[in-house]
Amino acid sequence: MRWFWIDRFEEFVRGRRAVARKCVALSEEALDGYSPGFPSIPSTLVLEGMAQTAGLLIGEMGGFAQRVVLAKIGRAVFHFPARPGDTLRYTADILDVKGDGAMASVTSHVDDRLQGEVEMMFAFLDDRFPSGPLFEPVDFVAMIRAFSMYDVGRTPDGERIELPPFYADAERAAQAGYAPTPSPVVAGGN
Amino acid sequence: MAVTKDEVYKKVQFALCEALGVDEEEVTPQATMIGDLGAESIDFLDIVFKLEKAFGIEIPRKELSPEDILTSAEFVQDGKVTPAGMAELKRRMPFVDFAKFAADPLVRNFSNLLTVGDLCRYVESKVGAA
Repeated sequence: MRWFWIDRFEEFVRGRRAVARKCVALSEEALDGYSPGFPSIPSTLVLEGMAQTAGLLIGEMGGFAQRVVLAKIGRAVFHFPARPGDTLRYTADILDVKGDGAMASVTSHVDDRLQGEVEMMFAFLDDRFPSGPLFEPVDFVAMIRAFSMYDVGRTPDGERIELPPFYADAERAAQAGYAPTPSPVVAGGN
Repeated sequence: MAVTKDEVYKKVQFALCEALGVDEEEVTPQATMIGDLGAESIDFLDIVFKLEKAFGIEIPRKELSPEDILTSAEFVQDGKVTPAGMAELKRRMPFVDFAKFAADPLVRNFSNLLTVGDLCRYVESKVGAA
């Protein structure tokens, strides 16, 4: 199971705001048994999607060089359950950033109805923790590419944002080592 | 207009209630942040964010967390803060009452030193409360 709790970014403005979409589907295993007879996405997984939206927004500010972790949820209110077929729209706004961490306000909407509102605090792991990236660089790039982050990402001045050099190098190295498997279909066969 | 000490106290109290999920009655000037109010290390970052916003001030990490002093070979020997270290702590954190800590200055005792009253005095010094 992939731990992706957003499907795609719609808007991404460096250091300010990100909007991501999450389509709730009955095929998702997480809905099984959560609320029998009334399938809905668990609020904890809505929180995870909100944290992924805000966390990537905060991490991108520093070129994903800092290790950003969700440290605390100060306030969380959910107004109604989101059901299969609903599209959740998460909007994360950065409230404050310091050397140790950042605060973000995140809302969740279904159409124009406010579904949830949360205040989240993220911490930047310092040298008290083991060093190194939290994710394999190639896997991380594949994830943020899948989220369309660099398709919609812009600076506050409207310029396109680019993959940081460290991750771009990792992506190029992976692509260089990729050898397509020959097709088992025989040309001209039927 | 200068902020009064009472206004500082009310805002600090509100920030602590929000950050730590405690009741107003628990937030007394004598209450220690960790022992009495249950603050964990990550809560201090949250409290700093809230106080900065509430008072429009900037709180550098070193002013509330003198980790550099408490981990310095110059200021700590055999797990105890040396007289030079005590002087440095008092210089850095004049808003803290060090009387009890000075009697047995074990580094491990430092974490439960800060009280709500200390925090209020710190904010008062930043905003120039009357």
